[in-house]
Amino acid sequence: MSKGQLPRWVDYGVLPALNLLAAFIISGLVVVVIGEDPFEAVKWLVWGALGYGEGIGYTLYYATNFIFTGLAVAVAFHAGLFNIGGEGQAYVGGLGIALVCLAMDRFVPWWVTFPFAIIGGAVFGAAWAFIPGYLQAKRGSHIVITTIMFNFIASALMVYLLSNILIPQGTMSPSSRNFEAGGQLPLLRNVFTSFDFGQSPVNLAFFLALAVCVVVWLLIWHTKLGYEIRSFGANPDAAAYAGISPVRITVVTMLISGALAGLMGINVVMGEQTRLLLDFAGGAGFVGIAVALMGRGHPIGIILASMLFGLLYQGGAELAFEIPTISRDMIVVIQALVILFAGALEHMFRPAVVAFFDRFSSSTAEA
Amino acid sequence: MLDTIILVLDSTFRLSTPLLFACLAGLFSERSGIVDIGLEGKILGAAFAAAAAAYVFQSPWIGLLAGIMVSVMLALVHGYASISQRGNQVVSGVAINFLAAGLTVLLGQAWFSQGGRTPALSPATRFESLTLPFADTLANVPVLGPIYANLISGHNILVYASFAAVPLTWWIIFRTRFGLRLRAVGENPSAADTAGLSVTLLRYRATIICGILCGFSGAYLSVAQGAGFIKDMSAGKGFIALAALIFAKWKPVNAMFTCLLFGFLDALAIRLQGQEIPGIGEVPVQVFQALPYVLTVVLLAGFIGRAIPPKASGIPYVKERT
Repeated sequence: MSKGQLPRWVDYGVLPALNLLAAFIISGLVVVVIGEDPFEAVKWLVWGALGYGEGIGYTLYYATNFIFTGLAVAVAFHAGLFNIGGEGQAYVGGLGIALVCLAMDRFVPWWVTFPFAIIGGAVFGAAWAFIPGYLQAKRGSHIVITTIMFNFIASALMVYLLSNILIPQGTMSPSSRNFEAGGQLPLLRNVFTSFDFGQSPVNLAFFLALAVCVVVWLLIWHTKLGYEIRSFGANPDAAAYAGISPVRITVVTMLISGALAGLMGINVVMGEQTRLLLDFAGGAGFVGIAVALMGRGHPIGIILASMLFGLLYQGGAELAFEIPTISRDMIVVIQALVILFAGALEHMFRPAVVAFFDRFSSSTAEA
Repeated sequence: MLDTIILVLDSTFRLSTPLLFACLAGLFSERSGIVDIGLEGKILGAAFAAAAAAYVFQSPWIGLLAGIMVSVMLALVHGYASISQRGNQVVSGVAINFLAAGLTVLLGQAWFSQGGRTPALSPATRFESLTLPFADTLANVPVLGPIYANLISGHNILVYASFAAVPLTWWIIFRTRFGLRLRAVGENPSAADTAGLSVTLLRYRATIICGILCGFSGAYLSVAQGAGFIKDMSAGKGFIALAALIFAKWKPVNAMFTCLLFGFLDALAIRLQGQEIPGIGEVPVQVFQALPYVLTVVLLAGFIGRAIPPKASGIPYVKERT
């Protein structure tokens, strides 16, 4: 090991842990500022998320959303693309899922609808990511800006569709009609009756999310396409020189990324709500950024990071109930600090850690 | 007819103001090479701080000052991450947005217990409309009278400040030594460095100016246009300003016209809600809401001219390699 380098376990273990620790310490200080006890807060948070069956169910339910959106951001990251549009892609993907469910739910059982809904979500999500990807590849417009713009366009589009087209006659609230049994995913509380999931909406989409993790892992590290994506992300010029088409990789990566984000609706639209409603994505697309950064783009890391954020979301709700001064917005603050420390400031502790290891290794060399 | 036009244009001015401040803020930042996705967060943070301070100290000016301070602090976090730590500027901007979105409501709830709002501000603690000289006497003059009295006169001081900031920005960017250097570090930082300029210092200064202008934008929302802070009250204005900045091709005067255009679309949407347009029928309000973003995407795609950002924007500057 040469000077200035770190062993892998430090790079992938100690440094991210330090970043996370910094984010949590500052979160704790925020809690102190508003006059509450941070240790008390952590206690309620963890109990609310893991202390009883329903809490665990909700934690898994939220984690499912974040796995999908986290994978979406991560796949784009591997190609060096920053897809900030996960929110919009998930939203439009939900439309695809809802259209499939609305068309089929009265005629077939759920397991017939399920694969078509997956296709619907993936295709609609991918379509929403296609235009920014194509414009980046062909016309050089920056993907960060276009995906942000597409989030807002998606939001306007969906408000229009929900309040003018999909709304059932005679109702006022902008949402689609409820799906019948053929458009509803089984809830885990009805499948695994031996475990008490309470009233939590965790459903079969959780297993879909895990399966998708495996698919993404295979895709990125064990296929030709994945190799091309990673090469392009590491060095676009070298990749182009090696015969990898930048246009193709950019567009294909964005299609995959959008499709992954689009699948999030399976959990919310087909699993929990059994209807399409306004803003169902609820910021999960943005949590995906934090999850992908924290999980360092690897499916295992993303599952762990999603579980942590699922825990924060569910525990945060419980915490807001027990200590009303700490509202659920505390979670947004924690999320921001994780993005800041694990993303933008990821190298802040590196010089100190490198110096520490250099001194350590030189002293062992002398001895 | 004239009255309607004046009414729409009048609200155009009022809706353009926060966009214009934020757009000029982004202009300073991006001209120096720092991409700023975090305009939205800075506006929101400033809006909260301004409303809270205006309420506590019963003065809009202290509110404005507090808004600027908070916004500059957020800008410095962004600066530290993107200039000193050479982190990813987009990621840092995203973090700033969430930080503001979360902290404003959290602190608002903890301090005022009104569901994240700040207490409503009385007229004396807001920036009130100013009546320009002779506005009342001239109001009866045909055509020009109403235009002067209702359109030009009768805004609060921040509206005038935002439009005054346009020539000032133009002058600073294009006619001062500081502006020249700012553009230099945004286009070719290593050349500027070779000429003996501190890239770091210049970029920090640009970031601070960006913070100050976002402070104005936020204070305008909560202490001038509104009467207190409401959760998420920036409602995407930071992103519209970002779009306007691209649309304006990073030029101050263009920025003003683009912000007026986007403000006009907004005013039109409010005006036309639920009304039939002859020959077209009722246009959904969402069309107007989406139009600024659609136009920006179309522009970025190179179908209406070409938007070329400052060359070094978004790229951290590494002084030397060893």
